[in-house]
Amino acid sequence: MSGRALAKDQPASFAFTAEMTARLNQIIAKYPQGRQASAVIPALDLAQRQEGWVTRPAIEEIARLLDMAPMRVLEVATFYTMFNLHPVGKTHVQICTSLPCWLRGSNEVVKACKEKLGIGMGERSADGTFSLGELECSGACVNAPVAQIGDDYYEDLDYASTVKMLDAFKRGETPKAGSVTGRDGSAPAGDHLTLTEKPTPPAKQDFAAAKAAFEKAKAEAAAKAAAPKA
Amino acid sequence: MPKLTIDGIAVEVPANTTILQAAEQVGVEIPRFCYHDRLSIAGNCRMCLVDVEKSPKPVASCAMPVGEGMVVHTKSDRANKARGGVMEFLLINHPLDCPICDQGGECDLQDQAMAYGFDRGRYHENKRAVKDKYMGPVVETVMTRCIHCTRCVRFATEVAGVPQLGATGRGEDMEITTYLEGALSSELSGNVVDLCPVGALTSKPYAFNARPWELRKTESIDVMDAVGTNVRLDARGRQVLRVLPRVNEDVNEEWLADKSRHAVDGLRYQRLDQPFVRKNGKLAPASWDEAFAVITAKIKNLDGKKFAAIAGDTADVEAMLALKDLMTACGSSNLDCRQDGASLDPNARASYIFNSTIAGIEQADAILIVGSNPRKEAPVLNARIRKRYLKGGVKIAVIGDAAQLTYKYEHIGTTADVLAKIADGSHPFAATLKAAKNPMIILGMAALTRPDGAATLATAKNAADACGLVKDGWNGFNVLHTAAARVGGLDIGFVPGSGGKDVRGILDGAGKGEIEAVYLLGADEIDTAKLGKAFVIYQGHHGDRGAHRADVVLPGAAYTEKDGTYVNTEGRVQQALRAVFPPGDAREDWTIIRALSEKLGRTLPYDNLAQVRARMAFVNPLFKGVNKAEKAEWKGFGAPGSVAAVAFDYPVKNYYMTDPISRASRTMAQCTEEFVLAGSKQKSGTHG
Amino acid sequence: MLADKDRIFTNLYGRHDWRLAGARARGDWDGTKEILDMGADWIIDEMKRSGLRGRGGAGFPTGLKWSFMPKTESDRPHYLVVNADEGEPGTCKDRDMLRFDPHKLIEGCLIASFAMKAHACYIYIRGEFYNEASNLQVAIDEAYAAGLIGNNACGSGWKFDLYLHRGAGAYICGEETALIESLEGKKGQPRLKPPFPAGVGLYGCPTTVNNVESIAVAPTILRRGASWFAGFGRPNNTGTKVFCISGNVNKPCNVEDAMSIPLKELIEKHCGGVRGGWDNLLGIIPGGASVPVLPKSICDTVLMDFDALRDVKSGLGTAAVMVMDKSTDIVAAIARLSAFYKHESCGQCTPCREGTGWLARVMKRMVKGEATLGEIDTLEQVTYQIEGHTICALGDAAAWPVQGLIRHFRPELERRIRDYRDAKVKDKAA
Repeated sequence: MSGRALAKDQPASFAFTAEMTARLNQIIAKYPQGRQASAVIPALDLAQRQEGWVTRPAIEEIARLLDMAPMRVLEVATFYTMFNLHPVGKTHVQICTSLPCWLRGSNEVVKACKEKLGIGMGERSADGTFSLGELECSGACVNAPVAQIGDDYYEDLDYASTVKMLDAFKRGETPKAGSVTGRDGSAPAGDHLTLTEKPTPPAKQDFAAAKAAFEKAKAEAAAKAAAPKA
Repeated sequence: MPKLTIDGIAVEVPANTTILQAAEQVGVEIPRFCYHDRLSIAGNCRMCLVDVEKSPKPVASCAMPVGEGMVVHTKSDRANKARGGVMEFLLINHPLDCPICDQGGECDLQDQAMAYGFDRGRYHENKRAVKDKYMGPVVETVMTRCIHCTRCVRFATEVAGVPQLGATGRGEDMEITTYLEGALSSELSGNVVDLCPVGALTSKPYAFNARPWELRKTESIDVMDAVGTNVRLDARGRQVLRVLPRVNEDVNEEWLADKSRHAVDGLRYQRLDQPFVRKNGKLAPASWDEAFAVITAKIKNLDGKKFAAIAGDTADVEAMLALKDLMTACGSSNLDCRQDGASLDPNARASYIFNSTIAGIEQADAILIVGSNPRKEAPVLNARIRKRYLKGGVKIAVIGDAAQLTYKYEHIGTTADVLAKIADGSHPFAATLKAAKNPMIILGMAALTRPDGAATLATAKNAADACGLVKDGWNGFNVLHTAAARVGGLDIGFVPGSGGKDVRGILDGAGKGEIEAVYLLGADEIDTAKLGKAFVIYQGHHGDRGAHRADVVLPGAAYTEKDGTYVNTEGRVQQALRAVFPPGDAREDWTIIRALSEKLGRTLPYDNLAQVRARMAFVNPLFKGVNKAEKAEWKGFGAPGSVAAVAFDYPVKNYYMTDPISRASRTMAQCTEEFVLAGSKQKSGTHG
Repeated sequence: MLADKDRIFTNLYGRHDWRLAGARARGDWDGTKEILDMGADWIIDEMKRSGLRGRGGAGFPTGLKWSFMPKTESDRPHYLVVNADEGEPGTCKDRDMLRFDPHKLIEGCLIASFAMKAHACYIYIRGEFYNEASNLQVAIDEAYAAGLIGNNACGSGWKFDLYLHRGAGAYICGEETALIESLEGKKGQPRLKPPFPAGVGLYGCPTTVNNVESIAVAPTILRRGASWFAGFGRPNNTGTKVFCISGNVNKPCNVEDAMSIPLKELIEKHCGGVRGGWDNLLGIIPGGASVPVLPKSICDTVLMDFDALRDVKSGLGTAAVMVMDKSTDIVAAIARLSAFYKHESCGQCTPCREGTGWLARVMKRMVKGEATLGEIDTLEQVTYQIEGHTICALGDAAAWPVQGLIRHFRPELERRIRDYRDAKVKDKAA
């Protein structure tokens, strides 16, 4: 969990591609003039999407683009754990091991990953195709255990389904994200009691009456406040 | 104004005062680590937690504004528990290495642990170990001791204006570091050592040198620049081991520049500890009598017109006055304290001082800097400009090089002639100055040492008059000096008398043989090659340029070794005190001149320091008032002429080496290597 | 049990079209202009009357929070910031709203911003929710294209811009001032309060930070009326609520039901019961990782609302119910949470930075019983040394689970310590 230091071996330079530059400019435009530093997290994210990890030259280029001190960008890069400060595998597998996932067997999922990929937590396979990491609460707790691979969540995993999923990745496929048991989102598995009907718009309150009541109450309160105290 | 009670004491303070500040006013001490009254409030150490009635939780008193009717307890059970808990947390990962820690004996953590800590530890896990960081030649780090108060980070970001320090990572893995462990490239970097409440950041040159209780402390004045920073000299035996800042709100607040702090080891090297006389082309050790005999033989019957004197940049007023009196007695009016040939007008004091005062910078709302790099020439004064800048509502412009000054400014021209456009109102910044309530110009030596210096000075005067820089209660005309001796020299008139030659004239005359003898009082910043065949007396403390050229060397005292008066760039008269005796046969400078005067048969009329100072006050009544910056009368100065459209030649090329002491300093050599010579070299990401 | 017609999040499971057409069919964006036309004062008053308490964990009344914003605009713009940095272990409700009901949130953003005189709103979504962010961005683009937001939102004349901002992996950014710092491009380190965000928030301007659910339920509350919403639950604990039930239940799920539903009913009805039956229950953490665990005896009867759970020294928090059956190593479970807080402490202030590490290390030893009996007291004292002494609530959140463990499972801690010691003695003897 430590190791939030920059990698020893760094590329010589970094430049955003034209596409990434366009995306970054779009992002910068979201913030008021002079507040371009707000775009530092998205910028680091774009750099990581482009290079696979956050490099020192990228930090310095982002500092330049956003008119920030490189130290401030480094602080951000080392604070937020989604930024990979070291190269990761082409398929970066992260297992949520927080309490809800642990309660439903994330240890088995981790075991499956280690066995199948032949690497430990925080390691990268020799050929660079896989890396394995731990995730602190992925926020999909009712679909535990969860693995995050790339931008996708794979949910309701167990040992067998993890192996199956990893096999697919090994074959170069990208399995369908979401629950591996095929349930709808966070709905209870199998039969359920709620949201069984087709939803229809609910009836609205009588706005005119509500407004009248509100004005009346306001006038009464004002009169009460204005009245001399007994 | 809210009224509240603190530990039962009623107090009324302005709104927005914090509880901690209010407590200070009534003498209630609240412990703290992260809080520092010159830095932004971080509130992170939690040591200052106090108990406020009706508040569900203890409150960080450094950050909480007072409220009407607040009842604060700083020693209640709840407050004590909170504080004891914080202290325990701070100590669990702090090493127990006080015996080998340089902070020992002057450590906030040590002191407060004595007051608030438990007598034993309950933490049975392994303590955290943190890798030390490289921060440059003057800051030593032992990062395992760091308590993450972020004072250093805030100082670097806010005061020094170099956002290179930060905290990487998070949680207990958070680490204070410079960016990729580069050196902290600020001329004020040493201050982080003073600010560090523990032994994480200590002075590298001073490492393992002494314990604070072994040191003799002398309150004095720094002479490495013209700011007149108030310092404390810590000495043991015959050595000054370190220099620390003293608080003076008018001058340096509580900051000290790196050269002023760390050139001090230069006092140990290259010292002149006995007289020398040139024999067969080589300087040979001599006795005082021999040295005086050689001088007397040369000078006694010399026509005063053929004798000249130049005072150096760190000369004390006492020595300059004695030398001036001696020169006058010898019939010479060839004397100058302006080694660099600056066209300063000794007849109008307002023309050569920083009239607004350093503290006055905080009132300025428009600042024009001409031919000066305050960051290199006066780092502490530059910090005051940055402080003003951070408050907002000030427009700053620069005529000269577009240097990184730690604040943003409008670069309105590189060449000096732009100043003329300010004076005639044709440049838009003139309107900015005119519209400002407290406008100021800062004129640097680079603008005045040129051949057109006098014209530049006159043009600056015109600009000041045209833009309304001088008005009731405000004088915005400022000269920023680089030499600690300069204003004092001008104040006692260490300038050519009628028919006398100035520095250029003296060197010229020496080259032509018209000047046959030159007395250099610590003057090392002249081109000694120009002295021709003249007989040169060098009085000073270091074997530097002047001594190398000298025919007779008289060993004097450095600023730490004498009671001397200095007048800073504001015109503030201040007295340095002797911390140690000069080495070997060296003597306090005015006494050398006094002794020589007797040999020359022109005995000066003073026998002790009090008499010298009485004479100073007679020559210029300003010297009666110590520590004050007297206002100067605004009158005409400078010489009309045109200002050349050429760029400035700045006096401080290498901040770390500007005088004989700093040139002899190994620490300054390391700084030069790090920041000046290697400055352009790219560092690898794994450097350090 | 709440009827489907009284559920706000009718697409909680994503069975229907989440885009604009589908949302409209479910009643979103219906009469939004009418609501805006009622005026900011009415909106805030109606929100107050609904009794809605913030759904992010602290339970501060939402209408009251909105009323703290300056009443008039000045040269400092107002901001609404929506906290979608969901990451408290056990909590996964906002995720469903973001991906399946994004238009409810967008409509809520417009109404809340209008009520607080904010022309701009940022939604700060945790970085891991990439697909959720994608859906939300599509929905925002749809809303702009349909004129629902933008220069003349819903034809109301109100200019309203909505921006999505992705985080990058820091639980602490769920704390409102840390979130603001992060949004400004800094480390997510909480600010000192005062000043509060309503005075000095994002970019130094008046700002209100609200949880996704608090904002997403607002349009329905206003559409159907405060009294409709206030009709569910108990006084001071009104409305409907999305519960997340994870852990050792037969059918973990998210479900919207009325506040104050009995915990047992929630689990038995919606989740198929505890694995192995109710009697196999060991304990429940009822409101996300930060609230203390409850033993079965309390779970039998406790109601799921703010006040009932506070009365049993726990909390509703985010209504993230983590169920642990008798097979659970309760010490290891709490130790896992301590490790979480150590990992997520921002490191800014002393008690949290140092204390979370201390707790995590001792808890790790407690799992094996590698400790002394006296250390249980030390551990408890350390939690009280953290609690209430930090800049933000993360310190408290780290302290409470350990306190809950000691309060309800002290004999288990003692047993392990004795067993470990006995085994050691045996080892030596052998």
